[in-house]
Amino acid sequence: MPNQMTSRARVEAGLSRRKRKEKIFRASGLLATAIGILFLGIFFSTLVAKGASAFVQTYLLLDVELTAETIAPGGELDLEYADFDGLVRTALRNNFPELSGRNDRRELNRLLSVGAGFQVRDLVVANPDLIGTTQEIWVPAASNVDMLMKGNIDATVDESLRNLSDRQIRWIDTLDQAGRVDLRLNKALFTNGDSREPELAGIRGAMMGSFFMLVVTIALAFPVGVAAAIYLEEFAPKNRWSDLVEVNINNLAAVPSIVFGLLGLAVFINWMGLPRSAPLVGGLVLALLTLPVIIIASRAAIKAVPPSIREAALGLGASKMQVVFHHVMPLAMPGMLTGAIIGMSRALGESAPLLMIGMIAFIVDVPGGFTDPATALPVQIYLWADSPERAFAERTSAAIIVLLAFLLLMNLAAVILRRRMERRW
Amino acid sequence: MVVASRKAAYHHKDGEMTETLVKKNMSASRTSAVPNYRGQQVELGRETVGNVRCANPFMVAENVNVFYGDNHAIKDVTLEIGKKEVIALIGPSGCGKSTFLRCLNRMNDSIESARVTGNISLDGGDIYDKTLDPVVLRARVGMVFQKPNPFPKSIYDNVAYGPRIHGLAGDRAELDDIVHRSLERAGLLKEVKDRLDDPGTSLSGGQQQRLCIARTIAVNPEVILMDEPCSALDPIATARIEDLMDELCEDYAIVIVTHSMQQAARVSRRVAYFHLGYLVEVDDTDKVFTNPHHKLTEDYITGRIG
Ligand SMILES: Nc1ncnc2c1ncn2[C@@H]1O[C@H](COP(=O)(O)OP(=O)(O)O)[C@@H](O)[C@H]1O
Ligand SMILES: [Mg+2]
Repeated sequence: MPNQMTSRARVEAGLSRRKRKEKIFRASGLLATAIGILFLGIFFSTLVAKGASAFVQTYLLLDVELTAETIAPGGELDLEYADFDGLVRTALRNNFPELSGRNDRRELNRLLSVGAGFQVRDLVVANPDLIGTTQEIWVPAASNVDMLMKGNIDATVDESLRNLSDRQIRWIDTLDQAGRVDLRLNKALFTNGDSREPELAGIRGAMMGSFFMLVVTIALAFPVGVAAAIYLEEFAPKNRWSDLVEVNINNLAAVPSIVFGLLGLAVFINWMGLPRSAPLVGGLVLALLTLPVIIIASRAAIKAVPPSIREAALGLGASKMQVVFHHVMPLAMPGMLTGAIIGMSRALGESAPLLMIGMIAFIVDVPGGFTDPATALPVQIYLWADSPERAFAERTSAAIIVLLAFLLLMNLAAVILRRRMERRW
Repeated sequence: MVVASRKAAYHHKDGEMTETLVKKNMSASRTSAVPNYRGQQVELGRETVGNVRCANPFMVAENVNVFYGDNHAIKDVTLEIGKKEVIALIGPSGCGKSTFLRCLNRMNDSIESARVTGNISLDGGDIYDKTLDPVVLRARVGMVFQKPNPFPKSIYDNVAYGPRIHGLAGDRAELDDIVHRSLERAGLLKEVKDRLDDPGTSLSGGQQQRLCIARTIAVNPEVILMDEPCSALDPIATARIEDLMDELCEDYAIVIVTHSMQQAARVSRRVAYFHLGYLVEVDDTDKVFTNPHHKLTEDYITGRIG
């Protein structure tokens, strides 16, 4: 069989070439993956290195005398009259009896955050029995003190080049030696809205803004997207019009997000008269933005339902609607939900369209509803990144970490949902 | 037109092989030769050979043509299917057996390019009547597919699905009864009665196909269409399904598409041989297999068996 021999020889001759090709391909694949992981690692490690310190915050331990004369002159707590700042300042000054001049005092007071008085007030409001007693209270220090404690201010450089004077640094040392300075969990970061004072600035406002927006987005985009996908996939006649719609949906998915913001500004705010900076409008815009993503994912999920299942149901006399709702929908649901969650994570990370509809305003109050002025997490990140204070830099990173954690959670939810609901056929 | 052809056909049945059979405007291509199983040109003849009529017609297809776009897949097929009769559709791949079968319960409706002309009636009523909902038709004409396709639901729900959507059971007890009886009839009850809540897809291929049959008979149809129901099964599972068909034909008319001559011979009373969309020959099974009248049928049968 000479013919057979030659073909076998040929196969063997080509074998080494094939193997070499495979090796090269594998190696390049491995390299690409490694590079990807490397960059991801660099990104995460710098982020954590920068942002981790924002989760703790410098507090000062003060013995605050809650004297009745200052806060409850008539025997009742009088918030109009009460001077909690004064109480805190006095408590701090008590640690330095040698200071007497106005300038000394002012300099000393700058170690305290403007939030220190609020903290004491909240404590007393929550527990009026404390009036008349002396309490050890941890109050927030000014952000400069915080930066010093975190090593972000170099005490060795010339006094004029840093935000803390030599004396202030000495006072802090004194307090520290007395065990009155500590880095404690930065609750304000999660309970406060934005603030001009870095030590008081939190992401709760932005988080709530993002939350309300996502509620609007999912409530709108998921049902509409799924309904559109079902209609296009199962009911729409396949003709030039449906092709046109299909092409446009795909195009819509690629439209830059800022364009959706302009659309939202023109339609929802200028034409429909909805309020600026409101999560409602943000949610509407983000719904438009995620709609194509959800439609495309849902159509893919519907397409993946085996035709044999449809035929089985049709053959038993199920109507088209019944086929869709009894068989196609349940089987496509994991894919649709995955698409929705991916759309949601895109919406959560979106900032450009929100700038257009006024969600970039400086808003201190935590929004309590869909029409309250609000920002969103990515916009908050942008705002903080834009702030000159050193203390905002670490908060920016912290906010990014929180945002990424939410995104990770959502993607995890997508994976779990898919695992849970996916059925083999 | 239909009436005329009926009459002609009854002449045919009486054995009068006269020219009255030939309808006007019959597809001209019938006069040309077509390639047979081995590629040799064979005259098609002007009319289906044998006997398209039967004594007790239940489902009647008259001059049915099916087009997929420009593809003329079924060419002027006339065929009667008797009450409680098993008829086998045979022929080479792509000759239109499935297409014809799917006309009988209007499954072609869901294929956008498909167009069906001609007349098909079930127990005297036109099934392509505009006012008739295919849902009603499909409850009367059930279908079993080539690949077992149980729903990804429990065994119970698979069988209960048809009765549920058609509202056949008044209460849970009645539904239980229908499910049990259907599984029993499909010869599956013994194997699954302790695990009705297991997914239907957890069964073996043969069991799945019997589950699909149980699911079909649960809606109590009058005709069951089977498109190569055993082609994905092993010989033992195939034998079980064939036994099942023998029992089912006591109650239902069965139209079965098969590639196996042996199977056609074992289960069917009549055989229809399709070729390139034409219905070439129809007759009693033993006649077709022992003494085919058309050259094309003969070529196919000898080619397949011999
Ligand atoms: N869904 C469809 N769309 C277009 N053409 C089809 C479709 N189904 C079948 N056909 C065509 O119809 C002819 C008959 O097919 P089919 O009925 O499946 O043959 P068989 O079942 O005898 O193998 C073939 O030429 C096939 O290509
Ligand atoms: Mg077929």
